Amino acid sequence: MKASDIAALLDEPACAHNKKEKSGCARPKPGASAGGCAFDGAQIALLPIADVAHIVHGPIACAGNSWDNRGTRSSGPTLYKIGMTTDLSEQDVIMGRGEKRLFHGIKQAIERYRPAAVFVYNTCVPALIGDDVDAVCKAAAERWGVPVVPVDSAGFYGTKNLGNRIAGEAMFKHVIGTREPDPLPADAVPPGITVHSINLIGEYNIAGELWHVMPLFDELGIRVLCTLSGDARFHEVQTMHRAEVSMLVCAKAMINVARKIEERWGVPWFEGSFYGITDTSQALRDIARIIGDADLIARTEALIAREEARVRAELEVWRPRLEGKRVLLFTGGVKSWSVVSALQDLGMNVVASGTKKSTEEDKARILELMGDKAIMLKSEGARDLLNAVYELKADLLIAGGRNLYTALKARLPFLDIHQEREFAYAGYEGMKELVRQLALTLESPVWEAVRRPAPWSAKAMVVAGPEMGDSPDAEDDEPAAPAVGDATFDPLAAA
Amino acid sequence: MAEIIRHPKALSVNPLKSSAPAGAALACLGINRGMPVFHGSQGCTAFAKVFFVRHFREPIPLQTTAMDQVATVMSADENVIQALATVCGKSRPALVTLATTALAETQGTDIARLLREFRAQHPEFDHIPVAAVNTPDFSGCLESGYAATVNGILEATVPHTRHAGRRKKQVNLLLGSHLTPGDVEAIKEWVEAFGLRPVAVPDLADSLDGHIVAEDFLPVTLGGTPVGELATLGEAAATVVIGRALNGAADLLAERSAVPEWRFDGLMGLEACDRFTALLAELSGQKVPEKIERHRAQLQDAMVDTHFMTGLRRVGIAADPDLLHQLASWLAGMGSEIVAAVAPVKAPVLADVPAASVHVGDLEDLEDLARAAGAELLLGNSHLAATAARLGVPLLRAGMPQYDLIGGHCKTWVGYRGTRQALFDLANLVVHNHEHIAPYRARLVVRDDHDAAPPQAAAGGRH
Repeated sequence: MKASDIAALLDEPACAHNKKEKSGCARPKPGASAGGCAFDGAQIALLPIADVAHIVHGPIACAGNSWDNRGTRSSGPTLYKIGMTTDLSEQDVIMGRGEKRLFHGIKQAIERYRPAAVFVYNTCVPALIGDDVDAVCKAAAERWGVPVVPVDSAGFYGTKNLGNRIAGEAMFKHVIGTREPDPLPADAVPPGITVHSINLIGEYNIAGELWHVMPLFDELGIRVLCTLSGDARFHEVQTMHRAEVSMLVCAKAMINVARKIEERWGVPWFEGSFYGITDTSQALRDIARIIGDADLIARTEALIAREEARVRAELEVWRPRLEGKRVLLFTGGVKSWSVVSALQDLGMNVVASGTKKSTEEDKARILELMGDKAIMLKSEGARDLLNAVYELKADLLIAGGRNLYTALKARLPFLDIHQEREFAYAGYEGMKELVRQLALTLESPVWEAVRRPAPWSAKAMVVAGPEMGDSPDAEDDEPAAPAVGDATFDPLAAA
Repeated sequence: MAEIIRHPKALSVNPLKSSAPAGAALACLGINRGMPVFHGSQGCTAFAKVFFVRHFREPIPLQTTAMDQVATVMSADENVIQALATVCGKSRPALVTLATTALAETQGTDIARLLREFRAQHPEFDHIPVAAVNTPDFSGCLESGYAATVNGILEATVPHTRHAGRRKKQVNLLLGSHLTPGDVEAIKEWVEAFGLRPVAVPDLADSLDGHIVAEDFLPVTLGGTPVGELATLGEAAATVVIGRALNGAADLLAERSAVPEWRFDGLMGLEACDRFTALLAELSGQKVPEKIERHRAQLQDAMVDTHFMTGLRRVGIAADPDLLHQLASWLAGMGSEIVAAVAPVKAPVLADVPAASVHVGDLEDLEDLARAAGAELLLGNSHLAATAARLGVPLLRAGMPQYDLIGGHCKTWVGYRGTRQALFDLANLVVHNHEHIAPYRARLVVRDDHDAAPPQAAAGGRH
């Protein structure tokens, strides 16, 4: 990929963040960086398309260390779970055999697994030695009559976020608009209802949470032409241009897809979330409003009223247990505002939110939700994160899997909300699972037990001082200072 | 002697291989206050980090030189020096490993020169040993990257000495990547039972066994071989090496120190355990403790109890070479037949795997081989769960990663007790998946069984 192409992807006119300093696109700092690469982002974005053979073109690390590690689920084909890589050897690299190997690899995948399409993810080494992946994909598609889509996503191109956009760009360039939707079977349509079609862009069906939302769409007579990409099929991605509205679910991850579909085919889009009662209802309302069918709007309001009443009643029992609890939310940005709303629905108090990867618009939204007291954490360092928990007297840390065991080692209640998680939090139903998981960790008797010193010892947990070092990805250049005056921290006393 | 068969496939499907830099990181994670760094793009590090976080269920320190497009095309030399300075300055590690990746090697990095430049520019970090190793992803696997890094750590920390035996009780243990934190702990206790003092290199038992420390947060490893101990390896009474992949590291230590050494491939099964116990008795001049005699007797009993389940059992195994060899040797010693054996790379030890052939390949190969040979049981990492489900056979999880078995990372396989528990686990899998003969209802026997299930539903049933 040319530097100008990368610049074009980073220049996203629909993104408010575009106008300011590009924190999400800044150069990574050697020795002080965390997070994945462009390939990681591209793979996450497309891997859930279930009937596609996903081939990673590169040496073993890219696929070997990462395949089969996401919580995304399929209601049908399981081909996406099969890890495929050209596993380039030293000889392939030196002798320039990569292209040939890829060509035969595509053949092997098609012959054995009969995929609906093949996606080829280009990675660092073949990008560096100049494998012409586009040409190989084109030749293979012609030879075997199966769509073969190049996704040029070398890790060194940039961040995970850029990778999401590269993935979206590949879908827009090669897939979307290449087929018309199949007609619905007559008996699928309830009498007297006009079926409307939508896209859900950036919904990955983690732990199957899309299935908390799909029954609502079925009831409303809304046909989800395609989710990009949770539980999707290749032919569905091809038809995304026929939707009446696109909902951008996971903040800005694939904003370029929504914008370009609008530009070329006039499909309007909006940004929404299925986390929390308020946001789920808002998303349904927005869909009905943009479609503009008065009957649909009325039925949507009725459904919202019924579902909200039902779920709020079920959540009432949990409310006293969660109300007023202080939460520090550290999601790396992507889902910050949507989760804030879900927690506020439960009467919880979000005391700070991480914004390292959030866009300006995300930050504005968090401010709007949290009010003037909002504290935004910029640093990604684990030391700083724990210090913030102590200073703000947070009862619970919500973050991604990367910080899970950091929190547990510090004996802190924790909720994992990232890609590898095993619980579905979306939609009205998802809220029930969310409160259960929140209460489960907040109220667990293990915290008191593990914070208590042994009977023969007075030593409680110690807040590690500067001599123990700081995480390299912390914000400032000074080693960490203890958060509390006394170096010995007793969470029981503080609680 | 097993025939080694390579599969000429363009595509690796369901890879068994994990990358060499991941192995490099693992070796460093067994050193106290260690900090592994990869020279590559951010993703190289992020994937390896998630891999280990999910396997060990622990925070994993791992940093990157973060090569971006400019660094990749122009030069990434400055990235390396900056990364080392940042890591040494902020995290205060006792040791750093700097492992290259495919990207850095394709670019043509000279890691040894960069380390010299770092030393010249940052004398303030002279007290922190840095092991620089070449581990391009396009050659080797986790095991070979681990071995190269153990070698690099010894090279960076062990002086040339001729004081072998000065520490009369010290036994150096060079431990391969096929050993779990549970294994390392068991081996250390075994040595201690003879009044000897083990120094495990690396010591995954002390760092990744899963334990809560007093400090709420450490940016480096939570334990492992103390770097100060590494300098004393040349003064030990003996070195015991477990795992043939470590031959290079063992040679290096022998060359630097002249400490007498003994090498083992693995420590599962009665025979290997007996050899190791006899060696410890000889080194210490002590009788074998009664407790160990008892553990030996317990293993013997478990062997006779479980041979019904292991005998003639057709088994498929996929693992890195040393682990494959250890598991296969153990099961062959229990009368099982290794009908499908797959390793991700070639290695000398594969020739000694007790199977007709060992295939260098992936989990798709294992699936095909196991299906063709009618394997009844699989051994391998969590990626094999889907394979086992498709084949309809049970899986005994071994190796890395184990995402779906709590405690799998610290299970003890070696020693008399470890082997015994592994036998129980395996036998239970067999018992619980036993296929019964389908009931036959004779046409000429007249009965009035109202609640009998239809014969076809009972066929192939399990209890």
